[in-house]
Amino acid sequence: MTTITLHGRSVVGGKTEGETLVTRQTISGWGGVNPTTGTITEKRHELVGQSFKDKVLVFPGAKGSSGWSVYFHMCRLAKTNPKALLFNRVTTKVALGAVVTHMPAVTDFDMDPLEVIETGDWVRVDGDAGIVEVTKQARAAAE
Amino acid sequence: MKLTDDEKAMLDGKEGIGRQRAMELLVRYCKALGAERLVDTNNVATAINATNPHQREWAARGDFDGVFAEFNVDSPDRFEMPPLKAFTCHLIGAMDVGHWQVLGVPERLVDLQRQSEAFFGPRGIQLMQTCTPYQVGNVPVKGEHCAWMESSAVVYCNSVLGACTNTEGTASTGAAALTGKIPYWGYHIPDNRFGTHLLRVECEVESMMDWGMLGYFAGELVEEDIPVIDRVGKVPNLIRLKHFGAAAASSGGVEMYHVAGVTPEAPSIDAAFGPRRRPAQVIKYGPAERRATYDNLNSQATDRDIDFVMLGCPHESIEQVWEVAKLLDGKKVSANTQLWVHTPRAIKQVADRNGYTRIIEDAGAHLMSDTCPAISQYVPKGTKVVATDSAKQGHYLPAILGVQCWFGSMEDCVNAAVSGRWNGAL
Repeated sequence: MTTITLHGRSVVGGKTEGETLVTRQTISGWGGVNPTTGTITEKRHELVGQSFKDKVLVFPGAKGSSGWSVYFHMCRLAKTNPKALLFNRVTTKVALGAVVTHMPAVTDFDMDPLEVIETGDWVRVDGDAGIVEVTKQARAAAE
Repeated sequence: MKLTDDEKAMLDGKEGIGRQRAMELLVRYCKALGAERLVDTNNVATAINATNPHQREWAARGDFDGVFAEFNVDSPDRFEMPPLKAFTCHLIGAMDVGHWQVLGVPERLVDLQRQSEAFFGPRGIQLMQTCTPYQVGNVPVKGEHCAWMESSAVVYCNSVLGACTNTEGTASTGAAALTGKIPYWGYHIPDNRFGTHLLRVECEVESMMDWGMLGYFAGELVEEDIPVIDRVGKVPNLIRLKHFGAAAASSGGVEMYHVAGVTPEAPSIDAAFGPRRRPAQVIKYGPAERRATYDNLNSQATDRDIDFVMLGCPHESIEQVWEVAKLLDGKKVSANTQLWVHTPRAIKQVADRNGYTRIIEDAGAHLMSDTCPAISQYVPKGTKVVATDSAKQGHYLPAILGVQCWFGSMEDCVNAAVSGRWNGAL
């Protein structure tokens, strides 16, 4: 079991921890997410059918419609939202989406989170300080 | 971040709770972006959509102030909506109240939509109800700072008109409407508007379908970057650029592009890339890429019996409605198929006057306004297979409604509606 610490910039403050869901593909909000379940619905997406509910979502950034933020807003109201958002590329879609999700969010990391973090790793997110502590082998950490 | 005196006054609540909550949202948003200040805007395009599938429960309480406070400002508490500070138009909505029976919308939702319009209209949300405000009178001027939602309108606003907007969202446009402010970030800053990738066209790109495919190809490759299109033959018109941008903003996140010698910030390739800049990548679009894009757009579809044909994403111009009327004149849509054509209501009025609406209706099709299937999530009952001339709609419908979707030219689509079979080809 190893621990790696990433330093980034705070997007939205707050602290949380949880299991990660990682994708190397950008995510659509409107037309790509079902807010009732938190499931990715874009047919050609590598995460199609998987839910980010209660996971720390690690992804390159947002794509597609300007409905991105309101879909994550609706996920929050339906309690299907991710626990935290960790991403690489800042756009208005993902920034506003993080704001209205009210969950910790961090970007501009000193290491690429997509290289360091794998699905199932356990992370502690300090959204205020922009620090993410990654523990590999999620199951061992959780037990 | 730096706030001006009038911004501080709003943040301190000197202009009431609504503007205070809106400024709080904008400050949180600036922090998230890393923006240092706000910029004045008097051109906002927003969506309230109290009747959207996932927001109805809120609106059903009959509390439109509450809907606006929650979704358009992300306010922790409800407030009475104060008068808007900025000129604000409404983008596409959740239904066409003129066609609710065809759409299959429950009557209570139609009532809710009417109530919503009666509430927000007099308060200054201009009810254009279209994804293409630039087709019905909101045509920003080069350099004008806007706060627009709707990815296809944003990319048109930046690229074709030379006005400045990021892809805003529901909460930021609501806050902008109340305050007349938006973060000075991204495409508001001249230095961020130069091209990043050079896209060399090495085959014929002429029809609307060609431009849709080129946009779809460009978006997949450059994602959120800024493609510069070179070696285009004929100058593309509004329809072609509308489809190019909509497609590029669907397969990727393109918010700005340049067409060398055509769009206002690209009098030449050099101008498009700006001083000292070279493309990060040079991409070729030849016959093989064109073929691959066509196959990609049609990769979800297998059944050739067509239940539903959708035209008008983004909403059609009067020129396109005229084209549809010409293609349908004297023909009948197949008994097994429905054809819906979508255009802004202001343009539908012209179509009514020109007799196009009657030609379309005589053929058994419908000319609709205010919405589209991807937004309303209404398609004819039992629809499994769709055909469309929109790369954007073809991209989204399988994900949103779980249907198969064929992509082709307007003519292929009208033929499919008449025969009930898909015979489109490149």
